[in-house]
Amino acid sequence: MSAPAIEIQSLTKDYAVGFWREKTRRSLDSLSLEVHEGEAFGFLGPNGAGKTTTLKLLMGVIFPTSGTARIRGRSIEDVAMHRDIGYLPEQPYFYDYLTARELLDYFARFFGYSAADRGERVEKFLDLVGLSAAGNVQLRKFSKGMMQRIGIAQAILHDPKVVFLDEPMSGLDPVGRREVRDIILELKRQGRTVFFSTHILTDAEMLCDRVAVLVGGKLQGVGAPNEIVSLEVYGMEILFELKPGAAVPASLGDKVRHTGSRYQVEVPEAGLYAALEQLKGADAKILGVVPLRPSLEDYFFKLVGKEKYSPHSIEVNPQ
Amino acid sequence: MSSIPAVVAVNTFREAVRDRVLYNLIFFALLMMGAAILVGQISVGIERIVIVNLGLSSISIFGIIMAIFIGVGLVYKEIEKRTLYSLLAKPIKRWEFIVGKFGGLLLTLAVNTTFMLLGLFVALLYVSRHLERGDWGIVEAAYFILLQLALITALALFFSCFSSPMLSTLFTLGIYVAGLFSKDIREIGALTKSPVVEWACKAIYYALPNFHNFNVIALAGHGQPIPASLLWQNTLYAALYVLILLLASAAVFSGRNLK
Amino acid sequence: MNSHRKLALLAAVGVPLLFVAVITLQTRIDVSTAAEVQSQQELLLSSGTVIKRLSLGYDALLADIYWTRAVQYYGSNAGIPGVKFPLLWPLLDITTTLDPKLTPAYRFGAVFLSEQSPVGAGEPELALKLTQKGIAANPQDWQMNATEGFLYYWYLREYQKSSEAYLAGSKNPLAPGWLAMMAAQVVLKANETNTSEMIWTEIYNSTPNPSIRKSALLHLEGLHASQDIEALNQLAQKYHSIYGHYPASVDVLVQAGLARTTPVDPSGLPYIYDADGRAQLNPKSEIVIESGPATPPKVYNN
Repeated sequence: MSAPAIEIQSLTKDYAVGFWREKTRRSLDSLSLEVHEGEAFGFLGPNGAGKTTTLKLLMGVIFPTSGTARIRGRSIEDVAMHRDIGYLPEQPYFYDYLTARELLDYFARFFGYSAADRGERVEKFLDLVGLSAAGNVQLRKFSKGMMQRIGIAQAILHDPKVVFLDEPMSGLDPVGRREVRDIILELKRQGRTVFFSTHILTDAEMLCDRVAVLVGGKLQGVGAPNEIVSLEVYGMEILFELKPGAAVPASLGDKVRHTGSRYQVEVPEAGLYAALEQLKGADAKILGVVPLRPSLEDYFFKLVGKEKYSPHSIEVNPQ
Repeated sequence: MSSIPAVVAVNTFREAVRDRVLYNLIFFALLMMGAAILVGQISVGIERIVIVNLGLSSISIFGIIMAIFIGVGLVYKEIEKRTLYSLLAKPIKRWEFIVGKFGGLLLTLAVNTTFMLLGLFVALLYVSRHLERGDWGIVEAAYFILLQLALITALALFFSCFSSPMLSTLFTLGIYVAGLFSKDIREIGALTKSPVVEWACKAIYYALPNFHNFNVIALAGHGQPIPASLLWQNTLYAALYVLILLLASAAVFSGRNLK
Repeated sequence: MNSHRKLALLAAVGVPLLFVAVITLQTRIDVSTAAEVQSQQELLLSSGTVIKRLSLGYDALLADIYWTRAVQYYGSNAGIPGVKFPLLWPLLDITTTLDPKLTPAYRFGAVFLSEQSPVGAGEPELALKLTQKGIAANPQDWQMNATEGFLYYWYLREYQKSSEAYLAGSKNPLAPGWLAMMAAQVVLKANETNTSEMIWTEIYNSTPNPSIRKSALLHLEGLHASQDIEALNQLAQKYHSIYGHYPASVDVLVQAGLARTTPVDPSGLPYIYDADGRAQLNPKSEIVIESGPATPPKVYNN
């Protein structure tokens, strides 16, 4: 098979810190990974893990302390290679004195399209991200969500083979998130490679062929989402409702949690039927039985050492 | 098919226009109008000279302010505002960006200077009802001012690659003033008895951009011709020095890790 | 909303009031620093070369500004009894250092540095210095040489040097013919009113500056009057030889047929005779006779 879409070898980035710049902080430690053509690849990690650093290194915004990387077989030092890649930066800033149309037209000029071609593309991609109506509005008036969308448009308007998206869902409402998800799926369907970093683990699980997890500048694991965590069921979760006044069966122990009249208990797989019998005896209404497998999230937070929290609080504090 | 630097240059020009930079032309117009109307009362016998001196001096001062204040932000602003991230991901080399920014500001200054020159001639016609052959010197003087502005722009751009606007302004202004005095520095060096000091002063003289080369406002005011040799020599000098600065800027910027 | 309204009202009332206070205060400051300013002015006028250095290439414009200041300084001080115009020389010197080709400044200085108070500073040596500076900076300008010749002739009474100046000017291919002629005339006919008239007429014609023109006219009137007085003196002698006494007034001459109309001076007032038959200007006349270069100039109280 041809060269991998993205090939990173021992990429390292040190920063000089301290008042006299005497100390170094290693923000990326010898990252090595490969992304195959046509893959949707998720890049996961908490704040400060080095995800944005990696992307900036690949784009040539910053330079590596050591290590190399190639995109479609060409070194990241080869600026002509940028013809085939698209990039959406984290918290994108664009020239706010330009209108959406003018921005896309400006960027399109770097790719040598004819004027007619350019015009077509600008309209097509404005439409794709749902900004046709706002085409002549100056970017300084754009909301965050609109900025994100114009950011995606400028990243893909030249039909790049490899697309890099840094936190593409950030700042979007659920409708916007779904749209971005659809765009990523469409890009994938077109055979492009999509490399994106995200905190939304459920999206990563859903969209990605493979993921990499980065913590503290070091790669923790690469693989399909279900490769990173074992498929083994480690327990069963029973959801039930008790009649008002009824007591929780004592044999279930004190691992029962509840909100109002809805209860939740974890039992070992072997003890499932015994527990159900107990609940039948308490005249409980069974709402559901769910096999528990470790999720990407569990793996993630075990790595990061945090307690499990609701997957809905996603927003990242800017660095 | 336009070159990449040209694409960047046109956009830089557009930014300056949208930043309402060209509104300074209004002030200039008012100044020239006021001068044209009042000069007869104030300075008898030298109306033309005053209009030309005032006009060219204003073109120079307005231009320098513009060159420095926009110039020191050329690269710095794009780094601070992170607009460079998405730009550098395009097939654009770092030096192409530098040349484009320079070209854009130079274009802005050229447009500005041209309009001011027109305003000057309007005022001149109002005051003296006719033009003379020697007035061509005014155009040449304006051209020399533009050469100076190109040099200042390149200086400001260079500093913009690595230092904050405040410091860049100080450095650029400092070198500009030093470049006006460089001849005096050299003369002072020649007067001292110390060969070391003399050599040092000479070195400073050659290293600094010699802005005094370009001062022909007095000649233009008196309608005196500017020697043709000065024309091409100054153009070449400015071009070479600008090249030095652009090369240095591109070198510095190419190695720079952005935020 | 409410606090905004309050502040807006406060500003609308307070700002003008405060400005009144500021202006009042400023006028008081001006009064108390008036003396300071005068002496500071003299200190600030240091050498022209220093100012030129500091002008950052805008010396031509600064020259125009200093020139304007010089003219205004002269205009506001001219005619004040006893005034010596101490700043005129520095102002003109700075002007011409900043822009050596600003020829009106040299011409102005030539006249008003030399003229006696209260018309000028009474320092013809300084005027000469200025003019020679002008010649060095403008070797193609024959008017500079003519000015030097004029200075030597009228104010300094050095006719040989005057002649040399006119001669130098006449060598310029653009110079009009009368320079060469003047070179001879100032030596051969130094004391003749005719020579002085020619020179002052040339001064008058050579400049649009109203002050200089006014001064030239006054001189020409004085010369004209002095010629008239010469003639009237001769007529008085003639009258005496006929009638045995001097005429009492100029009207008598008309009656005696020695003059066609009443001799009046250029301002229209009739001349008078004193007891010894010497003609004089009417006491009401404002014309000034400087008696030409042959005798020292009178100090006049215009």
